[in-house]
Amino acid sequence: MKETLQIGFIPLIDAAALLVAVDKGFTSAEGLNVTLVREVSWSNVRDKLNIGLFDAAHLLAPVAIASSLGLGHIKMPIVAPFNLGLNGNAITVSSALHVAIMAEIDGDPFDPSATATALSRVVARRRKNGAGPLTFGMTFPFSTHNYQLRFWMAAGGVDPDEDVRLVVLPPPFMADSIAGGQVDGFCVGAPWNSIAVDRGVGRILHFGSDILQRAAEKVLAIREGWSAKNPQIVAALVRAAHRAAEFIEEPQNRLEVARILARAEYVGVDADLILRTLEGRLKISADGTVRESRRYLLLGGQDAPRPDPVQAAWLYAQMVRWGQAEMSREALEIAKAVFRPDLFDQALGAAGKPAAASHPVGAFAGPAFDAEDVPGHFAFFPIGRQRPR
Amino acid sequence: MGAESSPKIAIVDESPIRAAILEEGLREAGYTEVVRISEMQSLLSRIYTLDPDVIVIDLENPSRDILEQMFQVSRAVRRPIAMFVDQSDTASIQASVDAGVSAYIVDGLKKERLKPILDLCISRFNAFSRLQDELDRTKSALEDRKIIDRAKGILMKLKGLTEEEAYVLLRSTAMREKKKIGEIAQSILTASELLK
Repeated sequence: MKETLQIGFIPLIDAAALLVAVDKGFTSAEGLNVTLVREVSWSNVRDKLNIGLFDAAHLLAPVAIASSLGLGHIKMPIVAPFNLGLNGNAITVSSALHVAIMAEIDGDPFDPSATATALSRVVARRRKNGAGPLTFGMTFPFSTHNYQLRFWMAAGGVDPDEDVRLVVLPPPFMADSIAGGQVDGFCVGAPWNSIAVDRGVGRILHFGSDILQRAAEKVLAIREGWSAKNPQIVAALVRAAHRAAEFIEEPQNRLEVARILARAEYVGVDADLILRTLEGRLKISADGTVRESRRYLLLGGQDAPRPDPVQAAWLYAQMVRWGQAEMSREALEIAKAVFRPDLFDQALGAAGKPAAASHPVGAFAGPAFDAEDVPGHFAFFPIGRQRPR
Repeated sequence: MGAESSPKIAIVDESPIRAAILEEGLREAGYTEVVRISEMQSLLSRIYTLDPDVIVIDLENPSRDILEQMFQVSRAVRRPIAMFVDQSDTASIQASVDAGVSAYIVDGLKKERLKPILDLCISRFNAFSRLQDELDRTKSALEDRKIIDRAKGILMKLKGLTEEEAYVLLRSTAMREKKKIGEIAQSILTASELLK
């Protein structure tokens, strides 16, 4: 008798491990009969997971934490026994903003410190000239995109709440919005940066991995209560997703993976574009300039699938820094406990043994992030909205 | 009805027909201040200009995530949204998700006043889905009739049957193969196309 599961996802490349696990029959081999449900908004995914219409979901890592803390919405404890993806985002800017940043830059254009400082000069010049604030799009208030964008610009002295406008935009609207001038830049996941570049309306300024070497992006999210009651099913799901992540990681399988993801019922974009994304080979401007990074999107290798509570702590620290959450030891522990390496290890045993228990977050600015000293993290950064408790 | 008793309701829906059905329902129920938004570009600024007390949005709408920003405490947000239906009322949440609609209440409005609005939205959304289903069924029934007529014609010509006999043959084949008559008729059309 197979276990029947409903799993929600958003059509993005970092849903790959989930989509491939089902499509290649890895879930079926684990005795799971999974129905994938394609969704249009993170709010829908979150609500349907919360009320039990979904047993599991492809979810923004910060939403899993916000849900567990009851931030911005109904409190629902969530566990993440598997990382569907690390990194994969990029910051894309309009041609006009790119020209303006490059005119002010002092240093390497691939160095986020240099571009952030240049951005602060652009902002100052615009203010002097009486131009309106620059507008940046991101996908959700509780998203790594929001935090990466904020971390980057704040490091250059730009206050993301005072000096520019940050607006939520659904990813499919990003390219149109930059083309129409409603936004000057955005931070979004794959494939949406490449779509804007291919349309000739934007230029990739940074990979998310320039801002943070390892950022938890999407998790396999499950209600804590359901997970506790169904440990065998959770373990089976983790094994299937892990098998898929390893499959995706093999270079000879990438074309097949790209073709699976390209199908209309999954991500529904060109297979060639997906292949470039999986290989970390992105066209960054309309003139055809390609940039490669092995860290651009991590789905399988480098211990990416194993949840790391330090990542959860970093995300919580950003929620506090930008005024979404209050700082408390208790909340920090709740946030860290959303990421469950123990469930990952139980499911996989020796097969999932990590090379290292924890990897540094690797932010481009500030001291090394210490999950035991979150207030120390804020002490370094002058710009922030953290509320005293 | 004074301003106090008629909250301002914004309907965010890309389906103009469904939005019209919903607006009509709300007006019939005595809600006089109802505005429809179908243009998703600069949704947030439209909402700020309208300054509604309740926002109703369809769940097929990717723009739903834009509204989440209004939960945030930020300079950009004037009146934060208090909640998405009532946290304690799971039956309501379930019913609204099933119907494909969600309602947000903007800070300041008493939450008891949302319930009748939400119930009305749910019933109108469900009515719209039923209409849509009925329309789809009628369309496919019409389509089937055309296909069956053509298949009958082919059978009459090839096998020298009367119209009645051709129909009986189609129906008995469909019953034997546990398929719809329309499907059998379609395979006859395909086969005759191939054999031309």
